[in-house]
Amino acid sequence: MTEFIAAKYQYWVYISLMMIGFYAIIAKPNLVKKIIGINIFQTAVFLFYISISKVDGGTAPIHWDRAVLYDNPLPHVLILTAIVVSVSVTAVALALVIRIYREYGTLEEDQILRGRRENL
Amino acid sequence: MTAAFPLLAEHIPALLVLVPLLASVIIPFSPAPLRRAGGAVAVLANAAALALASALALEVFRLGRVTYRFGGWAPPWGIEYAVDPLAAIMLLLVAFVSFAASVYSGAAASAEVAHERLPYYHSAALLLVSGLSGMIITGDVFNLYVFLEIASLAGYALIAAGRRRDALVAGFNYLILGTIAATFILLGIGYLYMAAGTLNIADLRERLPHIYHTRTVLTAFAFLMVGFSIKTALFPLHIWLPDAYTYAPSPASALLASTGTKVGVYAMLRVTYTVFRPEFDASVVPMKTILLVLSSAAVVYGAVMAIAQKDIKRMLAYSSVSQIGYIVLGAAIASESALTGSLLHMINHALMKASLFMCAGLMLISTGAEKVSDLKGAARRMPLTMAAFTAAALSMTGIPPTLGFVSKWHIALGAVEAGLWAVVPVVLAGSLLTAVYFWKVIEPAYFSAPAEGHKPDTPAPFWAAAPAAALAGLGLLLGLAAWTPAAGAARAAGELLLK
Repeated sequence: MTEFIAAKYQYWVYISLMMIGFYAIIAKPNLVKKIIGINIFQTAVFLFYISISKVDGGTAPIHWDRAVLYDNPLPHVLILTAIVVSVSVTAVALALVIRIYREYGTLEEDQILRGRRENL
Repeated sequence: MTAAFPLLAEHIPALLVLVPLLASVIIPFSPAPLRRAGGAVAVLANAAALALASALALEVFRLGRVTYRFGGWAPPWGIEYAVDPLAAIMLLLVAFVSFAASVYSGAAASAEVAHERLPYYHSAALLLVSGLSGMIITGDVFNLYVFLEIASLAGYALIAAGRRRDALVAGFNYLILGTIAATFILLGIGYLYMAAGTLNIADLRERLPHIYHTRTVLTAFAFLMVGFSIKTALFPLHIWLPDAYTYAPSPASALLASTGTKVGVYAMLRVTYTVFRPEFDASVVPMKTILLVLSSAAVVYGAVMAIAQKDIKRMLAYSSVSQIGYIVLGAAIASESALTGSLLHMINHALMKASLFMCAGLMLISTGAEKVSDLKGAARRMPLTMAAFTAAALSMTGIPPTLGFVSKWHIALGAVEAGLWAVVPVVLAGSLLTAVYFWKVIEPAYFSAPAEGHKPDTPAPFWAAAPAAALAGLGLLLGLAAWTPAAGAARAAGELLLK
């Protein structure tokens, strides 16, 4: 059992982080905490990509005379792009949150929903 | 044209994505006079994209397939753009609808979007088109993810531009669900890369069959399908859609409802038929059965919910859930006829739903009507808008000789050919329910007297009414012509997909 966990520990780390983020998105009523949850959720997937780029005995993918094996640089590059995407999503989400706060005067989901029901 | 501009002709696939992208950057960063003319810039950029898409479609139907290597790098090292007939049809559809929507937005968006935000509205609409075209044209799964996020981000902004504060919450909810979907897709792509060692779609198609039975590939498939199901708003993952389309400004609803979800279905088709082959379904997961059940439920649920709505736009939004059910249903039956029907229904729904949302916007502009009950005697107050609405509703319901009849006929025919008799009543019941909810609008508009003492009507701007009427009329024309060129093209695209 311990061997099963230890051999693939990076998957346990990323799945746990992903579920922590997912929990925050679903269970936290505060909109900013939901955004933090989204960030943890995405970062977990980034860690997964980085962990699969590791080659046993490989060094950093920079040209070096003494290097025999290199790690796979492609996932690193993909994740750079994905990080930019994640930052953009966070920026748009925060911009929306600022406007929601100005209109509703609160960031708590239950209060916003109550305000909407009175509106209908 | 191709002879006169050889350099231009060579780069059409890249330009198709770049032209709207550049225009969307130019509008907000240009000096004030040009910024105020953002609507005109958007129309010009969309007209250019439409011309490029038409030229590309002609080229594809002549050669069968057009590929473009980014920066001259050969795939699988470089990123490749690959256009087959299906992609060409979708590109043309997106370019055409977004051109019509930009003409409408130029004339009518100011009624629903605050004046100082208008340039940014046009910019976001162009960004959406750029992202969607990129999703259709790309031959690389990671590139697909990036374009999906570009389109989604523009979509969140468009929805939040609505004039009520509820639009902000609708936009935020869509952002949360959309990001979960996109992250699932990213994870699925990661597992695909881990298993096959490539991101190029043509390469994946060659390498995956040897490892279909590994758990890694199954996981990848599951994440991709759930992600795209959220993006297409397939029942029961549609919950973001009704609020988003109700509170978004009408021109944004018209653009998103007609293009956004269609491209989601297209991406789903690419994953199930191009990246994975139909054999995957037969030997590993019964995806076809799962999609058949879900889409049949979507057809009936969406239509029943639409009947219960009082708000015109919310009714149209639930109608979208139902019609997306039809499109996925045709794709899930996976026979040639059903797939042809599914593609024709994509075209039908894109044109008609754009027209219907434009009409909803026109009703708001001319009479302030938002609820179905406000429409008593509306046909006398705005005859052209109601005529366009009725024509589009007929095509949506599937009354011959409209395009909607041809597409639903093909889906039902495909179900009979495949021996799926249980699906036929779903197709018919969906059509009947569609007739019920549209009749709820048409009946008071034509057969009731206008309410006494209403405010004087504002005439609808010509350039806003023209695209709505033109799109609705096109449904009728394509319906008459659909037995020949349109159906031929759709059938060709479908056959290629099933190979």
